[in-house]
Amino acid sequence: MKTALILGSNSDVGIASAHRFAKEGFDIYLATRNVNQSQKNLANDLAIRYQISCETFQFDALDTEVHPQFVENLPLIPDVVISVFGVLGDQEQASRNFKEAARVVNTNFLGNVSILGLFAEKFEAIGSGSIICISSVAGERGRKSNYIYGSSKAALTCYLSGLRAELSSFGVHVATVIPGFIKTKMIGDMQTPAPLTALPEEVGEAVYKAFSKKKSVIYVRGIWWLIMLIIKLIPENIFKKLNF
Amino acid sequence: MAKLSSWGNYPLIEAKEFYTHEFEPLSDYIQSTETFIPRGNGRSYGDSALNGKVASMLGFNRILNFDVVRGELTAEAGVLFSDLLEVLVPKGFFLPVTPGTKFITLGGAIASNVHGKNHHKEGAFSNFVLELGLMTAQGQYIICSPTNHSDIFRQTIGGMGLTGVILWVRFRLKKIQSSYIKQVNHKAKNLGELLSLFESCNSSTYSVAWIDCQKGGKDLGRSILILGEHADLDELETTDQRNFPLKSHSNKHVSVPFHFPSGMLNRWTVSIFNHLYFHKEFQSSRSFLAHYDPFFYPLDKILHWNRIYGKKGFLQYQFVIPFEAGAEGLELILQKISASGFASFLAVLKTFGPSTSLESDISFPQKGYTLALDFPVSSGIFELLDELDQLVLNFGGRVYLTKDARMSPETFQKMYPLGFPTQPKFSSLQSQRLKLHI
Repeated sequence: MKTALILGSNSDVGIASAHRFAKEGFDIYLATRNVNQSQKNLANDLAIRYQISCETFQFDALDTEVHPQFVENLPLIPDVVISVFGVLGDQEQASRNFKEAARVVNTNFLGNVSILGLFAEKFEAIGSGSIICISSVAGERGRKSNYIYGSSKAALTCYLSGLRAELSSFGVHVATVIPGFIKTKMIGDMQTPAPLTALPEEVGEAVYKAFSKKKSVIYVRGIWWLIMLIIKLIPENIFKKLNF
Repeated sequence: MAKLSSWGNYPLIEAKEFYTHEFEPLSDYIQSTETFIPRGNGRSYGDSALNGKVASMLGFNRILNFDVVRGELTAEAGVLFSDLLEVLVPKGFFLPVTPGTKFITLGGAIASNVHGKNHHKEGAFSNFVLELGLMTAQGQYIICSPTNHSDIFRQTIGGMGLTGVILWVRFRLKKIQSSYIKQVNHKAKNLGELLSLFESCNSSTYSVAWIDCQKGGKDLGRSILILGEHADLDELETTDQRNFPLKSHSNKHVSVPFHFPSGMLNRWTVSIFNHLYFHKEFQSSRSFLAHYDPFFYPLDKILHWNRIYGKKGFLQYQFVIPFEAGAEGLELILQKISASGFASFLAVLKTFGPSTSLESDISFPQKGYTLALDFPVSSGIFELLDELDQLVLNFGGRVYLTKDARMSPETFQKMYPLGFPTQPKFSSLQSQRLKLHI
């Protein structure tokens, strides 16, 4: 029986990914900062629906000191590590308040560097394993409206690319999953254009596809690849005057 | 804010929806929000799950316990029947009661005290509920059952979400040997023939009739009566059925991609459809094995079928009248509809057994015949339904709140005289319209 670890399992994408892998018969480790009743209920639900075993673990991306202990305490080394945690942060605050900026960068970038580095070491030693990590289109070019978040994801995308290159010769797979807008289940929330907005279940599907098809980089909605290509081609002199 | 409506697409309102999958934010929301209505998958037809503020329960969709020895399931309120079936059927269990769509939530099933084709034999969903978790107006969590907080337990079942937020439900399941139904279709030439068929077949577990409402005179009540029983293993016919006797439904479907032009469903197009539907059946009766999916949920194959009624939406009208009033009452009502010229696409007749002391004072089912009709929203339809209300009242019947979007408070009080003690915290456009909160 194979096991998948979900880092950030209380998010919509974390829940969707857990369902997708459980449906394929994976045992699931749910890891999140606050193992509350709804996480315990999710663990029960996955076990009953898909007849797998599911356990919950406390995991805080910011508490890098205890990451080695977190990895050692897992009953087994998972076959797949799926990292979906991250914070958007408050851009206005983050751009002028270093503490907020540090929280965003420490979570999204250094949190992953710490925990994925530990699993990379384990996987390298046994010569197998998959790491699937969610980055963002926001990391492809800094925009004034969210460049703190964007730069944390840019660093993450860059890190994953290097990690992939390093581990590929050891038979370890690293995938970068890049969603555009993700629809929260709340209607009347920020209205984003429907063709560019993916449901959490679609992101979960992309995560599974990245794993099963051994993808390196996958855009959840293919159109985003084209959009980001165009955005990256805009000369800086023009880009800095654009209002988005 | 965003546009929100339920399955009838009428009324369409501006609403702010709250969504969470965690308990703490929900409890905070309940305490800090002056008035709102909890909402499931929006499959009630009218305004009973609408308010300027609604709390979506779809995030609370987790199955908590499945006791195959006792045949009991515990799940959170936002789980869909379609998801439950995928878990239950392969293990040899079925929902004890199901309406004509599987895309409803468990919490909605409780709030509406849903009924199915088996009410005359097995009763409403209320007959199978063992206990439930409820969050009250103070954000307090209570567990209620027939012995614990028994009054609020009773008022919650069929209570239209007005007693609090249903968090989870524990209920009894039905044991099945296969996922197939032995179906028998009987043709009835008119209402008299149909009602005597119903009477002679009342030992059938499942029964429902589709009536062609366009027919008047001697053909009034031309219909097809559909009966069903769960098939045992030794009654399966094909190799595929025997190899996979507990196959659950597939998720394949087609979708109505946009709203049809209003007025496309008129008396002529509906007549043609009904004519074809009726003459599809050649013999006066026919038996065959059907999977539970087409038997219980024929319309679920067509996602967004409500769009065929156009952007203005449609009204469902479902009433029940006592058996004593049966033939005369149904005849009068069908005549009125046929004469009015308003086209009802679907007309579905079922029978109800007695109601019980386990359901709220505004729960719908009572012993008698129940007829459900669809009407596109158009001028004159509200007046027709007001007239039908009077006929239903005169025959000692009542109208189903889950489908209602237009009844007057006076009519409501006559139909449900016991009223309902309720707090203004949990209120819908319907409960406000019906003046349930004074």
